[in-house]
Amino acid sequence: MSGDHLSTVFGALADPTRRAILARLTQGDANVGELAAPFAVSQPAISRHLKVLEGAGLISRTRRATARLSHLEAEPLREATAWLAAYQAYWDERYTRLDGLLAALQGDSDPPG
Amino acid sequence: MAASQNKTTITAEPGVPQILITREFAASPALLLRAHTEPDLLVQWLGPRNQTMVIDHFEPRNGGTWRYVHREADGMEYGFRGVFHGTPSLDGIVQTFEFEGAPGNVALETLTFEAQGDRTVLHANSVYQTVEARDALIEYGMEVGVNEGYERLDELIAGMESVG
Repeated sequence: MSGDHLSTVFGALADPTRRAILARLTQGDANVGELAAPFAVSQPAISRHLKVLEGAGLISRTRRATARLSHLEAEPLREATAWLAAYQAYWDERYTRLDGLLAALQGDSDPPG
Repeated sequence: MAASQNKTTITAEPGVPQILITREFAASPALLLRAHTEPDLLVQWLGPRNQTMVIDHFEPRNGGTWRYVHREADGMEYGFRGVFHGTPSLDGIVQTFEFEGAPGNVALETLTFEAQGDRTVLHANSVYQTVEARDALIEYGMEVGVNEGYERLDELIAGMESVG
């Protein structure tokens, strides 16, 4: 994932309403009315959030009969998580080495026997 | 968003220019402080694998400055520098952090050592000027991390996929 795309994904995730919408969509596809129901905001406001999520590739939208359903797209989330996991691997490697150093230092300072 | 494996926990909330790292060590706060403030100890663990860490200077006192470089086998160097605010002590370490490849993007880092019995939990709090600056630094770490640990990364992702 390019840095720009990742910024778009994180920008989309930066809003609590949009994160709540994604959480709702993990339970299945939903139309805008169903998605707006838990929030004290208008359907047009939810539609704007859906546009941001769609722009980041986090959801796709399809028409079924008269309903326009939103569908969670997991791939960008997986990539965003992998991005953070790689940063964690960076520090994990360092701290594992620090574990060894600390153990060696304690071995030096412990009294013999 | 948080990811954890072994004992390292990294939290980087979307839209917030901050990174929190938490890691428990089987050592006293005093020993952990030494590992962070004695140059001959620091070079043994802080540098990326396959790179040589060279400390230019390191003055762990109030107003003291530090600079080190990570040198790759082909001679490519990545320089980092900063200033200590307050003398590093068991109360913690406060310092600025700047990657010389992105001058002006200065982070404020606060390290604290929380004693828990005969173990110590290290808390590292890094605050960046912007979310973009934070993400750029994470991407640098990611590139190094990816180069160092594809296998570990695969395991992490596999674990996360099974959760999600």
